[in-house]
Amino acid sequence: MTTLVIAEHDGSQLDPSTLNLLGAALQIGDPVHLLVLGMGCAAVAQAAACLAGVSQVLLADDPQWGTPSAETLALQIVALMPGCDTLLAAHRVLHRGALPRAAARLRAAYLSDVVAIESGHRFVRPLYAGSVLASVETQADKTLLTLRPAGFATAAGTQAACPVVTLVSVGADVRSQLKSRESMDSDRPDLSRARVVVAAGRGVGAREHMALVERLADHLGGAVGASRAAVDAGFAPNAIQVGQTGKTVAPDVYFAFGISGAIQHLAGIKDAGVIVAVNKDPDAPIFSVADVGLVGDLFEALPALTAGLTGQSKTA
Amino acid sequence: MHVLVPVKRVVDYNVRVRVRSDGSGVDTTGLKMSLNPFDEVAVEQAVRLRQAGQASRVTVVGCGAPLTQDVLRTALAMGADAAILLEPGAGECDGPALVEALSVLVQREGVDLVLCGKQAIDDDLGDTAPMLAALLDWPQAMSVNQLALEDGGLRVHCDGDQGLEQWRLPLPAVLGVDLRLCDPRAISLPNMMKAKKATITTLSLAELAGDRAARFRITGCATPPARAAGVRVEGLTQLLEHLRALPALGASA
Ligand SMILES: Cc1cc2nc3c(=O)[nH]c(=O)nc-3n(C[C@H](O)[C@H](O)[C@H](O)COP(=O)(O)OP(=O)(O)OC[C@H]3O[C@@H](n4cnc5c(N)ncnc54)[C@H](O)[C@@H]3O)c2cc1C
Ligand SMILES: Nc1ncnc2c1ncn2[C@@H]1O[C@H](COP(=O)(O)O)[C@@H](O)[C@H]1O
Repeated sequence: MTTLVIAEHDGSQLDPSTLNLLGAALQIGDPVHLLVLGMGCAAVAQAAACLAGVSQVLLADDPQWGTPSAETLALQIVALMPGCDTLLAAHRVLHRGALPRAAARLRAAYLSDVVAIESGHRFVRPLYAGSVLASVETQADKTLLTLRPAGFATAAGTQAACPVVTLVSVGADVRSQLKSRESMDSDRPDLSRARVVVAAGRGVGAREHMALVERLADHLGGAVGASRAAVDAGFAPNAIQVGQTGKTVAPDVYFAFGISGAIQHLAGIKDAGVIVAVNKDPDAPIFSVADVGLVGDLFEALPALTAGLTGQSKTA
Repeated sequence: MHVLVPVKRVVDYNVRVRVRSDGSGVDTTGLKMSLNPFDEVAVEQAVRLRQAGQASRVTVVGCGAPLTQDVLRTALAMGADAAILLEPGAGECDGPALVEALSVLVQREGVDLVLCGKQAIDDDLGDTAPMLAALLDWPQAMSVNQLALEDGGLRVHCDGDQGLEQWRLPLPAVLGVDLRLCDPRAISLPNMMKAKKATITTLSLAELAGDRAARFRITGCATPPARAAGVRVEGLTQLLEHLRALPALGASA
């Protein structure tokens, strides 16, 4: 039957990770439909229709998709699944709430954080903070998956636009009410997509010292990340925590300043190209995964790197 | 308000697990086991609600081998009022059967709020809370790191995709809690001794859930490839040399 993919976009443009999701979906071998949920996003649907390999775009254009609850998204998924065998979505908070909720209704299999697809019924996902990779076989008619986009090669090419079908959105589940939402007011690249991530741990010692980290990140056109200990200490916001219970990153270069390298942190940086670690403890576990390691003081290293490396444009 | 906290016994977060040499699974024999850290936080939050007079009763429920009693006793020592052990028999201790059994318990025990951990640190799946909320048709919130009762409902702070979000939910509800919600208390020796003697109600999972087959099975496990050994540089000059050679940092390809 069909594989349905929830497209990632910002309302006006498809996010590049949609191409990774599409690449993953095409591996299954069934026709692929893209679901575009949003408000005023007809242009996104048109762009989606021109991605090679997509046989239909489903467009649900409704104000409720501006800030949907997991409950409402689950209702929409339940309404759409009769026509599909598999649903793929990026591994992020909204989907991690909505997909299992829908799967329970549908008696479908739900797998999170899938890193490889072997067939429509065989997948690979991490266990134990990434220290084990499990091959999993589904035993249900339908499967709902969240996956790590960065782990999949992007689909390429364009086609003459396939049909765009406009959906009537389900009625919203209005029991949970969003009261406020912090927006990332930064012009830094998104953490999970950034090509350079400069991350700080408890070793930075104080919130004020994060400025040194931010300066290097901005100089390199990168994003800022943090360990849980740094977030818990109030040095950095929750949203930039990297690891088992935070974000997964896949930059070309990951800098870890004053991060010891607990397994829960390493779980989030497995897909990094080059890991650079600066830590004053020569025995810190981070050095066992670092490609380039310096035993030293981060307060010396940060300004030296900002001064010594060539700056990049912010759009990198 | 009756609060139910499902708790799981998992390999301690400080312990590294090993994959069996035949790749058939993970060898946990002899490893230190603990209460799932997220569930410890959930128990703490539930007990605080009761101590503040906002909850009337806290029940913990664990599904698994008889040794699961250990973590139930930890929860009792932290202040839970009652503990239930669900015996899975030969079947699985999670998945659809667990969620179904929890939903039956919720109804039978008159539960108003379920506090799950946001994920178990062994399977890292995080599906129990949303699936239970679906079966009960209750609202849900995941990754909750702040919680207050307000006008008969809940106000919660959750980690969202962009940053912190604040939601208002009516009760009854199911939440998946993050480590940041609160710090679990240290357990006093007298409380531990008292918990050792407490009665734990034992129920059969199959009786509560009927025959609910798992929807996936693990066919094999592997250790992810280790990263190739890196270099240790001596000093900042060498570090800069190495970094300048990286294409992502501006070296011409
Ligand atoms: C269930 C669970 C989930 C978790 N999830 C996550 C997660 O998602 N992400 C995460 O990061 N953690 C997570 N953790 C926490 C994790 O176990 C570690 O406690 C945490 O990663 C430690 O952060 P850290 O390395 O910043 O702090 P520490 O371990 O305290 O390390 C600080 C490091 O800074 C170094 N240092 C100090 N001063 C300097 C200096 N001037 N210059 C250079 N180096 C210096 C020290 O040598 C030390 O190595 C989780 C824990 C649990 C139990
Ligand atoms: N075997 C179990 N017994 C009791 N509670 C469980 C069990 N498995 C999962 N849970 C609960 O569900 C939460 C999320 O687990 P999971 O969905 O497996 O990641 C845990 O933090 C527990 O609160």
